[in-house]
Amino acid sequence: MKKLFFVLFVLGIVSVLGIAPLAAQDGVQLVIESWRNDDLTIWQDLIIPAFNAQYPDIEVVFAPSPPADYNGILNSRLEAGTAGDLITCRPFDASLTLFQAGYLASLNDLPGMENFSDVAKSAWITDDGSDVFCVPMASVIHGFFYNADAFAALGLEEPTTEAEFYAVLDAIAADGTYAPLVMGTADQWESATMGYQNIGPNYWMGEEGRLGLIAGTEKLNEGGSLAALEALARWQPYLIDGYQALSYPDAQSAFTLGLGAIYPTGSWEISGFEANSDFELGIFPPPVPEGSDTCYISDHTDIAIGMNAALEGDRRAAAETFLSWVASAEFAGLYANALPGFFPLADVEVTLEDPLANEFLSWRGECESTIRNSYQILSRGTPNLENELWRVSAQILNGELTPQAGADELQAGLDSWYMPAGM
Amino acid sequence: MTRKRFPTHIIVFLAPAVIIYTVFMIYPLIDSLRLSLYAPSAENPQVEEFVGFKNYETLFTDPNYAPRLQGAVKNNFIFFAVHMLVQNPVGLLLATLLTSQLTRWRAVFRTALFLPTMLSFVLVGFIWGNIILSPLWGIADDFFRTIGLGDLIQPWLGKPETALITLSLVSVWQFIGIPMMLFSAALIGISDELIEAARVDGATAWGVFWYIKFPLILPTVGIVTILTFVGNFNAFDLIYTVQGGLAGPNFATDILGTFFYRTFFGFQLQAGNPTMGATIAGVMFLIILTGVLVYLVGFQRRLTRVEY
Repeated sequence: MKKLFFVLFVLGIVSVLGIAPLAAQDGVQLVIESWRNDDLTIWQDLIIPAFNAQYPDIEVVFAPSPPADYNGILNSRLEAGTAGDLITCRPFDASLTLFQAGYLASLNDLPGMENFSDVAKSAWITDDGSDVFCVPMASVIHGFFYNADAFAALGLEEPTTEAEFYAVLDAIAADGTYAPLVMGTADQWESATMGYQNIGPNYWMGEEGRLGLIAGTEKLNEGGSLAALEALARWQPYLIDGYQALSYPDAQSAFTLGLGAIYPTGSWEISGFEANSDFELGIFPPPVPEGSDTCYISDHTDIAIGMNAALEGDRRAAAETFLSWVASAEFAGLYANALPGFFPLADVEVTLEDPLANEFLSWRGECESTIRNSYQILSRGTPNLENELWRVSAQILNGELTPQAGADELQAGLDSWYMPAGM
Repeated sequence: MTRKRFPTHIIVFLAPAVIIYTVFMIYPLIDSLRLSLYAPSAENPQVEEFVGFKNYETLFTDPNYAPRLQGAVKNNFIFFAVHMLVQNPVGLLLATLLTSQLTRWRAVFRTALFLPTMLSFVLVGFIWGNIILSPLWGIADDFFRTIGLGDLIQPWLGKPETALITLSLVSVWQFIGIPMMLFSAALIGISDELIEAARVDGATAWGVFWYIKFPLILPTVGIVTILTFVGNFNAFDLIYTVQGGLAGPNFATDILGTFFYRTFFGFQLQAGNPTMGATIAGVMFLIILTGVLVYLVGFQRRLTRVEY
């Protein structure tokens, strides 16, 4: 008898456990693929609860992968049919390829898309402009962070021209307390993204130079593009000791621990630096070279979110609801303030609370904006211009390549597959 | 007359290994070789069409692939050479010391020397890349300064001329336990009578090693060589954890495994190309197959096994 009760008891527990998850399936669960693993807590604690306050039936799970592996992992998951429902979109060709392969759904008719300008949508649209496939979320602005306490101690001012920039670096080097520039070249991408793409627009005149490359009227190994690599090469003596083997997190830590004075990067570092540094932070835009009176900044459309084309029925409707919400003013305000340094792309009024984020944003009014020159169209082929830029910029900073030789390699690589329209 | 019964039990005993090996090793290998003969169709990239050996032609002649392949093969041979010149001789030396009656605390040393082999690649990569050799927080700097060699300090992992050798030596450090164990087992197996007889005949310790022990463990030398060869040409993990998928600086540490990974799965903005990846895997398979065949035909068949 006892045994029978025990069996019934076990059966009871099993059936309760078995039914409970079924009962919760009333709503729909959506999984977000992303490379922003730094933002996990912000999604879990802020963004998803705010969404659920309006749509309690839709459960959203934020499931990020490591940034450098994201594209590879996502591609394999999409091919295998195991990818999440909502897909965070890299700008330009990486996402365009996914759309053309039929993995991302077209979002032309999504309510809320009217909130975005053509520039905001430019990174996630087909070449002929007929299909938009991701809801733009944010852009990032390049610039330089500096240790304001160090600047005060050494009596230095924010440099605005190239000459002032090197004078400041020389003064920091002469003092010897701080490494003048903190950046590592081991991961390679920093040299290109935080170095070359950061200062470059000032040399190639922003959009003019970028579109010139696409049109074939400008070359990577002459004019502004070459000047940018030459300017980058001048950083070498000022970089922190052992930079050749420093990874990105190492360099971030070196700066927040106060070992260095200036850190070339972009607005996405704001929250990390504010949380981890115990000195006053300051920022300045890329210094302007001699003889130029306009400043240019890289205001790069960086992140958007799209929908897995394989979704059907309720899940598709739920995913569309979520994406419409992402396109709303509520999301823009929430995201911009939760992640200072990621600036919303929607044409809605957003008040930023973070002073550094506001300062970054104020440069939009003072300088001409452009995006990274390797992202649109020029990284479609092999060798891929973006990956080549990583390699060449890191080699130039390591002193293994001259700017001219590096630039020649870049142009030769691009010429091997890219035929500008009308040439 | 009794007919011999069909030996059903042999099939039963072989079945588990044959089935598992076929499903998880032989089938994927053949399917990967098949994939290397296909390429995405020009009209619809999601459909793959048969292209014969065109991928191999691309891999060997295209300016985007050929230099990377040559670099990866060359680096892989350097990686292998460091293991053959450092890991296996030092492993043999350690094994000899560990089997010598004169060494004390043999069990302690044996365990300690084998420990790194049991660590995960990620851990080894982190310990060496971030804790020991990091120019910022690494303890190697302090060590070299303490012994008065501060001038030797360099970002070893960040320079093209030193990065590959450094990583090879880290890998040697990790895997030295394997040859050490195999050599130890072989050395223990040598009959004491042979050694005593040699001693009686007046052989020195050096003579005993070279004329008695070494010839007797030659089969193990062969096995260790081929294990090192296969392991090195399949290596990937350590390079990836320390230097990332681009195997920097400037592909100085790019070996076949990282080249394959980058091509197959893609890296950052470069999209993955499964068919070209499979082609590289095919080349890796051919290199390893050639190496193993050279060993089997040229070395193992000439060995005389000594029975005692």
